Amino acid sequence: MLTLAHFLTLGALLFCISVTGIFLNRKNVIILLMCIELMLLAVNMNFVAFSRFLGNLDGQVFVFFILTVAAAEAAIGLAILVVLFRSRQTIDVAELDDLKG
Amino acid sequence: MPIFEIVFYTFSLIMLGAAVAVISVRNPVYAALFLVLAFFSASAIWMLLEVEFLAIILILVYVGAVMVLFLFVVMMLDINLEPLRAGFIKYLPVGLLVAAVMAAEFLLVIWAKGRFDENAFPVPSPNPADYSNTKAVGEWLYTNYLLAFEVAGVILLVAIIAAVALTHRQRSGSHRQNPSLQVRVRKDERVRLVKMKSEPKQEG
Amino acid sequence: MSLKTILILIPLLPLAAAAIAGLLRNQIGRAGSHWVTILGVAVSFALSAYVLYLQMYEGLGTQNISVYTWMVADGIKFEIGFLIDHLTALMMVVVSFVSFMVHIYTIGYMADDPGYQRFFSYIAFFTFSMLMLVMSNNFLQLFFGWEAVGLASYLLIGFWFDRESAAYAGLKAFLVNRVGDFGFLLGIAAVLFCFGTMDYAEVFAAAPSLEGKTVSIIPGLEWQWITVICICLFIGAMGKSAQAPLHVWLPDSMEGPTPISALIHAATMVTAGIFMVSRMSPLFELSDAALSFVMLIGAVTAFFMGLVGIVQNDIKRVIAYSTLSQLGYMTVALGVSAYSAAIFHLATHAFFKALLFLAAGSVIIALHHQQDMRYMGGLRKQMPITWITSWIGTLALIGFPFFSGFYSKDAIIEAVHASTRWGSGVAYWAVLLGVIVTSFYSFRLLYLTFHGKPRYTVDVGAGHHPPDGVLQHAPKESPPVVTVPLILLAIPSIVIGYLTIEPVLFGGWLADSITILPQNDVVAAVGEHFHGPTAMATHALQTAPFWLMLAGFALATLIYMVRPALADTLANRFPRLHALLENKFYVDELYQKLFISRTLSIGNGLWKKADAGLIDGWLVNGSAKFVNNLSARVRTWQTGYLFQYAFAMIIGLIAILAIWVTL
Repeated sequence: MLTLAHFLTLGALLFCISVTGIFLNRKNVIILLMCIELMLLAVNMNFVAFSRFLGNLDGQVFVFFILTVAAAEAAIGLAILVVLFRSRQTIDVAELDDLKG
Repeated sequence: MPIFEIVFYTFSLIMLGAAVAVISVRNPVYAALFLVLAFFSASAIWMLLEVEFLAIILILVYVGAVMVLFLFVVMMLDINLEPLRAGFIKYLPVGLLVAAVMAAEFLLVIWAKGRFDENAFPVPSPNPADYSNTKAVGEWLYTNYLLAFEVAGVILLVAIIAAVALTHRQRSGSHRQNPSLQVRVRKDERVRLVKMKSEPKQEG
Repeated sequence: MSLKTILILIPLLPLAAAAIAGLLRNQIGRAGSHWVTILGVAVSFALSAYVLYLQMYEGLGTQNISVYTWMVADGIKFEIGFLIDHLTALMMVVVSFVSFMVHIYTIGYMADDPGYQRFFSYIAFFTFSMLMLVMSNNFLQLFFGWEAVGLASYLLIGFWFDRESAAYAGLKAFLVNRVGDFGFLLGIAAVLFCFGTMDYAEVFAAAPSLEGKTVSIIPGLEWQWITVICICLFIGAMGKSAQAPLHVWLPDSMEGPTPISALIHAATMVTAGIFMVSRMSPLFELSDAALSFVMLIGAVTAFFMGLVGIVQNDIKRVIAYSTLSQLGYMTVALGVSAYSAAIFHLATHAFFKALLFLAAGSVIIALHHQQDMRYMGGLRKQMPITWITSWIGTLALIGFPFFSGFYSKDAIIEAVHASTRWGSGVAYWAVLLGVIVTSFYSFRLLYLTFHGKPRYTVDVGAGHHPPDGVLQHAPKESPPVVTVPLILLAIPSIVIGYLTIEPVLFGGWLADSITILPQNDVVAAVGEHFHGPTAMATHALQTAPFWLMLAGFALATLIYMVRPALADTLANRFPRLHALLENKFYVDELYQKLFISRTLSIGNGLWKKADAGLIDGWLVNGSAKFVNNLSARVRTWQTGYLFQYAFAMIIGLIAILAIWVTL
């Protein structure tokens, strides 16, 4: 019997995996961006599950907007990455420490 | 409905496996492709939840546009792979620990005290055959959330302009005017007054 | 104008003159500064003389006038007011007259000094302070005047501040005075505590109510309140009037220019203590113990300071120790309840001691600032006016019959003889033997300076700072601005005693100002044998002081005129005694060892360890360093690495989740 809890668990595990990904991938900005997409996917999963079990369409509308924003953000993130690569010739996260104290 | 559970668990495992693969494979192209797999599995699960519109949108927009963009960029950048894996093993235990703690907390919250079980949230009955999820979402979106919809459009416009502005390269060799530099010029950069004795006109 | 206006003008005119001379130096120039201050002091003197005239001939009586209430705090009134009775009028005239003479004298003495205007400003300020002190009608104003004259003294002693010895002398005077002032302040606080007011009239009226009340100084030791008050007040007088053991500042104060030695350290400031005790006679009369203390301190000072004066070579130091000794005489008189005799001697002493100082100053400038008597001699030929006025001053000082000093000094000696207070026997011997000592050192000074053969040479090409014993110009008499004050001071040195002893001592002229309990009234006892000034003078031939004075004269003449080599022989025969006297009984060394070195080391310790080490190092720099270190450590958290920031956020998220889990 699949209850809401199962779907939420799925979303939670996906989120944890992506957090680990952020933490472990300290050298690759692209993987970082992909982990962010995974996080957004986990959140979307939660919204959809709730929308279904509550019978309310608001959750789905919200997912719609999250998708829109995620797409925009991915585009701009990749654009920044491209510019970064052009100037630094590397995508190593460890090199991006100009804001350090 | 055992078929329901079988489908769900299968696609869940695929999705989680793909997610783990995304963060652990060496080649970023592989990682992007595994991400595509994860999105496909998510889409399937959403189909199970009878949100067909979003499931299709996920494939079309997310996989079809965003992940393709990712692949473009990954393949375009000439990345040196080796040094990128250096810190992976070193930080693995801590990372796994953090993930485990987080997961444990999440699970505790979700499963303890039966917050989200069938009594609190009864399993809904499946929709009738003529139910169109797209139509329902469309109605809902264009009436209650019209303004948000328009704003989403503006966001996409801004994203386009930003992406273009960031990566636009000047073509060398093209002559352009830079008005701000023109205005900031100083007198001594253009004119130099020299005092000279007057000389007689050269004869001949 | 009303009496109140006159009284306000008397101290304020010198103050205004001081302010103008001090602040508007450039506008009025050198001549302007001396004109404005002399004008101020002269008018002040004229008004004081007028007030004295009113007191003497118009029967003015005691005037207690309140000028301005500064504040009322907790029921205590802090006000400015004037108490004008015979005592005050006498003091006002003495102070303003001597100040006036010194102002005129300074024109000549400081003629070539760059700090000319500053000097006039300071002495006018001093005149203001002293007048406020003597005219006050409450303890607060008294203390104000007390401190202000201390300040003026410090400024004037250290007038040539670029001379290290002068700067130190000024500091020494101020600090020793401060010790006395501490006792004085305790006394005033005790008065305030016991009586709840600082007004003289109210305190004196309430004084008998303190009979029998005691206070425990330390647990188990009970003293009478009135004794404690009087002794504390007298400690202030000890500082100001340079009684042993707080006398050490007066000889060093000779570092200042001679006019101020005359003004402050002979005639006025040092007499503030004597004046104060006389003014407080209603309080002192109630405490026999305090008066015995006063008497013995005075006796010690009178005798031993005279002894030190015998071996001094600096002409001003001899006169300084003489001043100390005479102040001791005045204090002894106070101690035997002969207040009027003390005041009388104060007045006469002011005149002849100022005269002697100014005469010494005249000699000093004639010899171009040579002060060592070993390089003087035979000056009577070149400086006749100075010589004669010095003789007059000396005769007054030693108590030669008919001169003013004779009347005041002999009155004191007789009064001490008639007293039965505890310790008066010792005091009597001290003041009696002091007569020989006084006579000896006074004539020594006269002989070494004015008589005998010159012990200097004149070398025209010697330059501006010739060595000791060589002078660039031959000495000649000083200009009239210097000699006229000498003459004007010599006149009262001769006549004032003769003219005023009867009314002042025996005619009850000071009766309203001074309270004497009948059993203590020694002056009245002396007065029973008094048959007029002429009779007193001719009777002197039958009294011990006259013959002791002649003995001193004979001894001095023998050693310094007849057989000059005898001085050195005696010094060599008694080297330890000579060293003891030359080193002023080693009091300075004792203080250095007991107090000064310890205070300095405490000060050093506080400076290096507490201030520089603890406060600067630990608190100020330490807190800065701590913040620096802390921030250097915290700064490393800002790595700039994205994943670490994300990780931090995640950790925070986990923590928040944990809270939610436990709910």
